[in-house]
This record gives sequence, C-alpha cells and structure tokens, in this order.
Amino acid sequence: MQKEAVIREPLILGHKSYHDVTEDVCRPIEDKAPRMWYILFGIALIIGLYGVGCILYLLGTGIGVWGLNKTIGWAWDITNFVWWVGIGHAGTLISAVLLLFRQKWRMAINRSAEAMTIFAVFMAGLFPLIHMGRLWVGYWVLPLPNQFGSLWVNFNSPLLWDVFAISTYLSVSLVFWYIGLIPDFATIRDRAKKPVAKKMYSILSFGWSGRAKHWNRFETVSLVLAGLATPLVFSVHSIVSFDFATSVIPGWHTTIFPPYFVCGAVFSGFAMVQTLLLVMRKAMGLEAYIHTKHVEYMNIVIMVTGSIVGTAYITELFISWYSGVEYEAYAFLNRATGPYWWAYWSMMTCNVISPQLMWIRKLRRSLMFTFFISIVVNIGMWFERYVIIVTSIHRDYVPAAWSMHYPSHIDIGVYIGTIGLFFVFFLLFARYFPVLALNEVKTILKGSGQSYKESPDYHKHH
Amino acid sequence: MAEKVIYAMYDDDDVLKDGAKKLVSNGVKISEVFSPFPIHGIDPIIGVKNTRLGIMAFLYGLTGLTLATYGMRFFMVVDWPMNIGGKPNFTYLDNMLAFIPVTFEFTVLCAAHGMAITYLLRNKTLPGIPAQNPDPRTTDDRFVIEIRMSENHKVSEEAIDKLLTETGYVEIDKKEIK
Repeated sequence: MQKEAVIREPLILGHKSYHDVTEDVCRPIEDKAPRMWYILFGIALIIGLYGVGCILYLLGTGIGVWGLNKTIGWAWDITNFVWWVGIGHAGTLISAVLLLFRQKWRMAINRSAEAMTIFAVFMAGLFPLIHMGRLWVGYWVLPLPNQFGSLWVNFNSPLLWDVFAISTYLSVSLVFWYIGLIPDFATIRDRAKKPVAKKMYSILSFGWSGRAKHWNRFETVSLVLAGLATPLVFSVHSIVSFDFATSVIPGWHTTIFPPYFVCGAVFSGFAMVQTLLLVMRKAMGLEAYIHTKHVEYMNIVIMVTGSIVGTAYITELFISWYSGVEYEAYAFLNRATGPYWWAYWSMMTCNVISPQLMWIRKLRRSLMFTFFISIVVNIGMWFERYVIIVTSIHRDYVPAAWSMHYPSHIDIGVYIGTIGLFFVFFLLFARYFPVLALNEVKTILKGSGQSYKESPDYHKHH
Repeated sequence: MAEKVIYAMYDDDDVLKDGAKKLVSNGVKISEVFSPFPIHGIDPIIGVKNTRLGIMAFLYGLTGLTLATYGMRFFMVVDWPMNIGGKPNFTYLDNMLAFIPVTFEFTVLCAAHGMAITYLLRNKTLPGIPAQNPDPRTTDDRFVIEIRMSENHKVSEEAIDKLLTETGYVEIDKKEIK
C-alpha cells in the first residue's frame, strides 16, 4: 500500500468503506432518474434533433446553405471542428498523461472526462464529413483500391493526416475507456436485480471475474495504452494545426501553431470538464470524490495552459511585426483593429485575462467562480478558432475580393445541434454508465481516504 | 471427475495478502484470487507471472510501422508518383518527412488495438461470456482465495482448514465442481 504525507489533502472525503464507494457510484444508475434528468435530456434531444434536421437539409441542398463565399471558404464549420477536437483533449490527457505521472486525483474524473472526449470527438468528426457535402463518398478519404485507375489519396496533405489522426485518436480513446469500464460494469452486473439490466450489464462486462492474472494484465494494458495515448494526444492537435500551419495564408503559416494548439486544446478541454463535473458531482451526490481539491488541481492546469496560450498570442503578434513581412503584419493588425476586432478582443479577454485570476487561491477554490470561468474559457476558445480562421482569410491579397462572413441559420443550427447531441450522449452516459472509475478509486481509499489518513495508526501500519 | 474447491472470503485486501503469504509459506498452492480491484503485490505471492502483453504491443506497433512505410511507399512513390508544386516523389527518402504523421498514427493504431484484442482474448472476456467469480460480492468489497484440492496433494484438507482459520477470513465455502 502506498503512503502519502498527512498534510496532503485527502482525495476521498468522509469515512467511506469499499462498499460505500460501490453504493455511491451505482445508486444513481439503479435508482429512478430524477425529474431534472428527463427535463435536461428532453431539451438536449430537441436541440440535437434540430441540428440533425439542419444537417439533413445541408446534405440535400449542398454546403451553399452555409454563409461561405468565394473569399471565405472555411468559417463556422472548421471553427466548430477545431473547437470540439480541442475539448476532446482533456479526457485522454487526464487518463493517460496523469496516469504516467501517477497523479491519483485523476481517478475521480477520468471516466467522465474520457466520455466527454469521445462524444466531443464524435461531434468534431461530423464537421469535416458534412463539409464534404457528399457524405456518402466519405470513404474516399481512405486509401482503398478503386476503379479510377491508380488513384490514391494524397499522403502529403495535412488534411489526410487529420483523417488518420482523428480516427486513431477516437478509436484508441474508445478502447482505453472501455477497458477501464469492463470491471465497473461487472460490479453493476453483480448487483443488478432486474433481469434486463442484469443481462445488459452482463454483456457489457464481457464476463469479467476479477482474477489476479486478469488484474495483472489490466494494469499492464492500462499503462501501455497510456504510454501510446500520450504522444497521440499531442500529435492529434499538432496535426489539426498543420491544416493551417502548412498553408501559405498569412496568419496561418506559423511554426508556433502545434504547441500553441495543443495547449489551447488542453485549456478548453479542462474548462469543459469543469463545466460538466461541477454539475454532475452535485446532481449525482459525488461531492466526497470530486471535491474542491480536484477542482483546484484542474484550475491549476487551466492556469498553466492558459498562460502558455496567452504567451503564444503575444509571441504571434510580436513576430508578425518582427518578421518584416508586410502581409503577415497586416493579417495581425487587421485581426486586432479591423472589422473583426470584437472577436479578437473577446478571445484575448476570455483566454488571456481570465486564467490569470486562478493565481488567487480563494478564487480557484471557489466552485461558483470556477463554473463561471469555465464557460468564459469555452466561449473564448471558440472565438480563438474563429479569429484564426476567418480573420486570416476574409481580406486576402486582392482588396477587390475582401469580404465578411455572416453565418446563415444553418451554420448556427448545426453548431447548436452538435451541442445538443453532445449533451444527449453525455446524459445517457451519466444515466447508465458508472461515472466514476469506482474500482480504481478503491485502490486509493487506504492511501488517500480521509478516514484512513486520520486514523492514528496510518503511519505505523505496515 | 468432481474436485473439491475451498473458497475463503476476506473483507480486506491486506488481510488477504498476509493470509496468502502464510498459506504459501506452509506449502499450500493458491489457485486463484478474485478481487474487485488489483491487489498490489499479490502476484509474486501466489505465483502469477507478469504478463507479456507489453511485448505484444511492441510487435503490433512494429507491424503497423512496417505496413505504413510500405503502403505509403507504394501509393506515393511506386504506383502513382505525384508531382506537387514541382516537387515530385522520386524516392521514399525524399518525401519521408511528409509521411511521418501517418506512420506514427498507424503505428499507434495497430499497437493499441492489437494489444486490446489480445488482452480480451487471453482473458477470455468477450461479450456474452458468463461471469465466473465465485460470489457476486467479489466485484464489490470482498476478496476470495480459491484453493483446489487437486493441486494440493502434499497438504491435507484439515491442515489447510486450520491455516485458513488463522488468516482471519470472514466466510468459507466448500464446493464440488466438475
């Protein structure tokens, strides 16, 4: 059993036994859903279905229904894509990177953060697919033998790298998540009383029995998958940034993009985790497992990555002047003072100033303040992508072609719809899946639980 | 042939571990331990060897790396060399830098999925397979030591019973299984 210093705050509050952990996580699944769940699910479903309707209309009519024009070929669609991929970065970062660093506080949040990741990447993947216009030929992005002669996809293109990066990221995250879920499904299966639930969880748990050898393999698989997923997390958003960085558009053609995008992604991902978990812990009565200390740790991550993002913004601005390239300099001047100044300064305020408030201990331990900032960061990070994409292309080399982007109602409908669908998935997850890695949490109960830390023989034992 | 199996149930992982040590040092062979979470340090006591899945992951990764390299060499250099912006793909080496992202992704894809599939197959945990834990509480807060009499010829059942009593179990169960 691992020991830790007594002055370190316990990760599990109260006097919990192993059985209490099982009870606390399984009860919301076994009980009837509260009325609030149905209300939220209904709202999310309606918004999601509206989004599906917009997508169907778009597929039937063509992407001309978006507010794009011949100067601005990418706008809300790719903004939303990058925004969702970014959000999808926190889950695997928490479960993989924090596993490698042996950060035990991850255990309370990794399950739901990973679920968030998977659903966010679903939403992200939707945008490039519908951007094709002809969704049914989506498989053309794969190098499949075909009847068009020796025609292959272009492996020199960052857009194709993205296909591989996103699909690898999605499927590996899904597998990582599911392997962790199997033992927890087994716990629910062994408690289930209703025959249908028992059957369902029996299938989902793959017949897991908890043998010593299986646990030995489980730990190795988790560790190796974490080792594989860690560079994957960094590579995915680096590759997303290559979509822009390898082009020749002033404002996009920037070597700083990969680290800047990765930090931005972690920043926005953690903000979304905070938004979701602060509500979930309350609604599902998990305050003993996800408490102020966890929130504080996440706020520190937000503060660090937010500071890196802020540094990147300022570096970018400085280099655009220092490079002496007038097109580059204009692109940035135009961002800050041109017709899109409001988007630029919203981004600056939300992403540069707000995380700096987390230096104050009282604020980063305040749940209300954290919730507020998490929303601010989500908005700011959407604006970041909008600023990068739209302001760089709306004024190109020929002033006659200068233009503005106005979103159509389909642009807005598809975006809002993905938020609805995301919450449909997340609410279903919260209702039927163990939202806490309950068996993993049991392993830290003796090392980091409050009752054990306070017992007089905590330091004498063993 | 029916064989006799003893299941000793504990309510604490550390008590089970101390008990297992005691049993093993007295020559008892422990066939299996069932627990709701991994008990760190139990494997060497009951003689569970460390898994070689890590090596398999490496081999799957190597397969992915090779496939990606050969694939892209064939698509982009041999079968249809593309000339992009006056920079044709004459040799693999000329163009390798552009192939690194996909090579990396494909390596990870093969390593992760290969290992996950092997893990499920080796465990024999797949959809539809029935659970085999002796008591449903072993996925909650109970820990079980399984002792098969067929694997313990040197120690008598009475001696095992006596040793088990000293380990502080909470419940004991004896079953005949075919």
